[in-house]
Amino acid sequence: MSLLEISGLSISYPGSAAVLDRLSFVIEKGESLGLVGESGSGKTQTALAIMGLLPTNARVAGGVVFDGTELLGQPERMLNLYRTRRMGIVFQDPMSALNPYVRIGAQLNRILLEHGLASDDEADSRSLEMLRLVGLPDVERQFRSYPHQLSGGMRQRVMIAAALIGKPDLLIADEPTTALDVTVQAQILGLLRGLRHEFNTALLLITHDLGVVAGNCERMIVLKDGKLIEEGMTPQIFAEPVHPVTRAMLAAARRSDFLARSHERTPKDQTPVLEIEGLAVSYAVPGERRSRKRLPAVQQLTMTIAPGETVALVGESGSGKTSLARAIVGLLPVQSGSMVLLGKPLTGRVESRPNALRRAVQMVFQDPVGSLNPAMRVDDIITEPLTVHEPDKIKANKDEVVAAMLRRVGLDDALKKRFPHELSGGQAQRVAIARALVLKPKILICDEAVAALDGSIRQDILELLRAEQQQSGLSLLFITHDLTTVRQISHRVLVMYLGRLCELADTESLFMRPKHPYTKALLDAVPIADPAIGIIVASDLGEAPSMLQPPSGCAFHPRCPYSISRCSEELPELQDFKKSSAACHRAAELAL
Amino acid sequence: MLRFALLRLLWAIPTLLLVIVLAFLMVHAAPGGPFDAERALPPEIEANIARAYHLDEALPQQFARYLGGVLRGDFGPSYRYRDYSVSELIGNAIPVSMKLGALAMALAVLVGISLGTLAALRQNSALDRLMMGLAMTGISIPVFVIAPLFILFFAVKLQWLPASWSGSTSAWRLLLPVVALALPQIAYIARLTRASMIEVLGSDFIRTARAQGLGTAAIIRYHAMKPAMLPVLSYMGPAIAAILTGSVVVEEIFGIPGVGQFFVRGALNRDYTLVLGIVIFYAALVILLNLIVDVLYGFLDPRIRHR
Amino acid sequence: MNAGLVLSRIWKEIRRSRSITICGGILVFIAALAVLGPLISPHSYLTTDFDGRFIEPTLNNFHIFGTDDLGRDLFVRTLMGGQITLLVAVIASFVSLVIGVAYGAVAGYVGGHIDAIMMRAVDALYALPFIFLVILLMVVFERNFLLIFVAIGAINWLDMARIVRGQTISLKQREFVDAAKLIGVPAWRIIFRHITPNLLGVVIVYVTLTIPQAILVESFLSFLGLGVQEPQTSLGALVNGGVRQMEQAPWMLLIPAVLLAVVLLCFNFLGDGLRDVFDPRQEAK
Ligand code: SF4
Repeated sequence: MSLLEISGLSISYPGSAAVLDRLSFVIEKGESLGLVGESGSGKTQTALAIMGLLPTNARVAGGVVFDGTELLGQPERMLNLYRTRRMGIVFQDPMSALNPYVRIGAQLNRILLEHGLASDDEADSRSLEMLRLVGLPDVERQFRSYPHQLSGGMRQRVMIAAALIGKPDLLIADEPTTALDVTVQAQILGLLRGLRHEFNTALLLITHDLGVVAGNCERMIVLKDGKLIEEGMTPQIFAEPVHPVTRAMLAAARRSDFLARSHERTPKDQTPVLEIEGLAVSYAVPGERRSRKRLPAVQQLTMTIAPGETVALVGESGSGKTSLARAIVGLLPVQSGSMVLLGKPLTGRVESRPNALRRAVQMVFQDPVGSLNPAMRVDDIITEPLTVHEPDKIKANKDEVVAAMLRRVGLDDALKKRFPHELSGGQAQRVAIARALVLKPKILICDEAVAALDGSIRQDILELLRAEQQQSGLSLLFITHDLTTVRQISHRVLVMYLGRLCELADTESLFMRPKHPYTKALLDAVPIADPAIGIIVASDLGEAPSMLQPPSGCAFHPRCPYSISRCSEELPELQDFKKSSAACHRAAELAL
Repeated sequence: MLRFALLRLLWAIPTLLLVIVLAFLMVHAAPGGPFDAERALPPEIEANIARAYHLDEALPQQFARYLGGVLRGDFGPSYRYRDYSVSELIGNAIPVSMKLGALAMALAVLVGISLGTLAALRQNSALDRLMMGLAMTGISIPVFVIAPLFILFFAVKLQWLPASWSGSTSAWRLLLPVVALALPQIAYIARLTRASMIEVLGSDFIRTARAQGLGTAAIIRYHAMKPAMLPVLSYMGPAIAAILTGSVVVEEIFGIPGVGQFFVRGALNRDYTLVLGIVIFYAALVILLNLIVDVLYGFLDPRIRHR
Repeated sequence: MNAGLVLSRIWKEIRRSRSITICGGILVFIAALAVLGPLISPHSYLTTDFDGRFIEPTLNNFHIFGTDDLGRDLFVRTLMGGQITLLVAVIASFVSLVIGVAYGAVAGYVGGHIDAIMMRAVDALYALPFIFLVILLMVVFERNFLLIFVAIGAINWLDMARIVRGQTISLKQREFVDAAKLIGVPAWRIIFRHITPNLLGVVIVYVTLTIPQAILVESFLSFLGLGVQEPQTSLGALVNGGVRQMEQAPWMLLIPAVLLAVVLLCFNFLGDGLRDVFDPRQEAK
């Protein structure tokens, strides 16, 4: 008998199409199954259905048989016998999934006490033991902490501890690492692998990232629009995907495997459009206004962008990449250093800059819908830049401009009277791009511009940007945490850590011969979409320290596996190599 | 946390001072002065009175004298109740007002929170709709309408309960005033509790708690109650002010010799020192209770506490 | 034109909501009656008639709400009272709207130290028992009619200021405002085209919820005899008169009391319905 048998599971909500359509699959005892799909494919709904957590207005049909017992339609009281003791779940966002008002220890104790798994006296020690097991440092203190006092990775460890505390037979992990930085993701996945074997727990790993499945699941299924489209052993599917959608997903995930731009002539030798030297950006820490403490978001940053070049800016959250972008466009004040745009000094806030310079740098933001005014229609949004700069001209030919721009970004003319909330994420991002391009900028800064979009739509937007660049010689500064995207689109890459430049290199040489240990760590942490390669076991790096108290010397030294005594004392200078430069004392000697 | 509480206290002092200054200035800006309404008095008597009440001094001096008195708990003599000082009048009236206000507040909080939680748990059921409809009605009917209607039905028509405090020794004589005073607050708190409870119950961490197999009672008690109570707690400040305001009317209507009744009488008789004293007393009370609520809030919300 | 677009979208939503339509309808009806009724009735709200005191509601001689202790026609008096109550509430709400929106928008948009100071001041004022100061004001300044507007408006602007500030701050941080700055939209245009239209919903909701508050304050003052003065009247004053005679002439209490409650109820439901339409997450804190 299988541990879990899902048969013909369908879920729908009043007034909308079915979110899940006759899904069937099984999970055997101790097995790990990957459930892959883009957002809206019904994968989270599946997880909620298994746990009996669907909203009350959901219409469910089919069967969810756990160890011989049908769970669908059972009362809460009966389901509670299974939750914790037989199955546990880890959700995507550990911040909202933990109760912010209750101490970590009390949350764990409560589970034990409710299920009679421990007496009042034992509960503390059992919970502490579990927290130790998930690798939480300084357990006694964290036990008494509130969730907001922990970092994202630590919170997710607590979630895992809570899910496994009853030693369940099945662990469901719903995008457990999507909200985390890539180096932390690698650690959490490693932890799940280890615990799964230790507890002999079956794992249902839900993800949109084929790389995550490749290293962690023996078997996998693929969902598309609520339907199962592919099922089989992981290596087999990766080798011979049957369904065209699976094939496309795999191709997108692997696009990093051929260097799309390595053969293009890199235009970096021309006079740069933008030169930045020794730039420092800092801002007041919220809540610490009195102490006048300032957060050094960017320090001593020097870089250039050539016409028609794409530079990727990479780093974990808090590395200062967004602050750098906002300083360039003038949304954040520059503390020291200089910027030269088109041969002219770029200073001051955006409001005080001369029009020509302001028009030359435009930006596309992360949240496609949030970057459009909800009270304006698409045509007004696209033409607003011209309404401001050339009011007379635009009045006469607004319709033509709108039509031309919509065509240019691949949108239907019929959308021009829509409001932003009536657009899909991809469409909204195209409108945002059109608004930026209408001013004919020289540089377009994309701040995580595709992070909120699903695989195929993401590819389309990247394609659009690349085509635009080839036509108009636009330079792109592409900010992202996703190395796959970097490899696809950029000529050069700039890696930042805690506000400082670590490495600046040609894309190819960065991926092939990283010079900085942090770059290496980032690369290792990316799950590889190929089960044959298996898992590169990333060293346990811990998490990035706070920028408020940056470590002395090389900021990376507390996490660096290669650090020597000099590293904690002396700030490394940027050293030049053949196709890259890196700020590391040991860059020359290390073979990474 | 201690810093947070101290900071709040530091803000409370100038606030109270501001009230005293404002109130004092208002009274002294009164056209004609406090004894205007009476028929014209011979000038020498008027001068005597002025001296007795220190009206002949310069304004800053008067204020300093008054503030000094207030700090010692002395609000000066009453203009109308000639034999009493304002402090005596307030002091004698406090016990019954306290009883009325505290009982109404307790009733409002207990019943309001219970009804609100119940409605949230049965969201969109007939019971929920009925209770929320009633709550909306409760909010919309002012105390000074509820109170006389109560008297009309329970005391005049049905003769179940005494209509007025004075002349009654029944143990139940406070029942009608307390309920009348509490009703709008019950309605308000119930609505607030329901809304915040529904929001909390829909949050991700409650889903986690359900996924952990906790029963409804445990979820409410250990996970939902505290966050759901925070908005209710921050409503306590306005609730206190509303109860105080309401008590003025209720005491007047039911003939309860409390602070509120003196306040109304004082206001209608233009007994300036009395009204001034009671305004300051009420202000101090509201500010103090608000301070307690604030500190409690900080205590309950770990994100504020750890700042 | 931009605000017009938003309004037309809002209007569509509003027509779909039943509670808004019903309550709005009732309020319009009451307002119309309050204005037109006294013109239709043969009686004046001033005329006393000592032979016709305490007449119960009757169709006879068009005393459909009866008469009071001075023999004045209650139908006309109630409607006059309703007129005054609504007028005071609307004007007072307008006062609080102007102060609150200006204060909140400035604090929110300027931000920094100025915002901190302005909001601290609001916090401090919040803790004040304003109503008692207003009563004091009324005592001292002889129930000045104009003062009622100012006083009530001055109480109610605090909520509006907090809400508008919260909303402005969250709008200011939205990426579309950054985007507007980058394409060179000047500050005044950002305020008028990007921030104000998106504030509209919240403001409409809270004005609707401020009106019943203002009505409560006004009728409270009038009830205490500190608000509108005889022979002028308001619903609160009528309730007060009714309480005095309630054993002898219960209709004198019931009619204005019910009208007052209905008006308050409708405004509250209206505000609730509007809030559902706009669903602005309350970010007053
Ligand atoms: S300088 Fe030292 S600590 Fe920093 S990256 Fe290089 S080896 Fe590691």
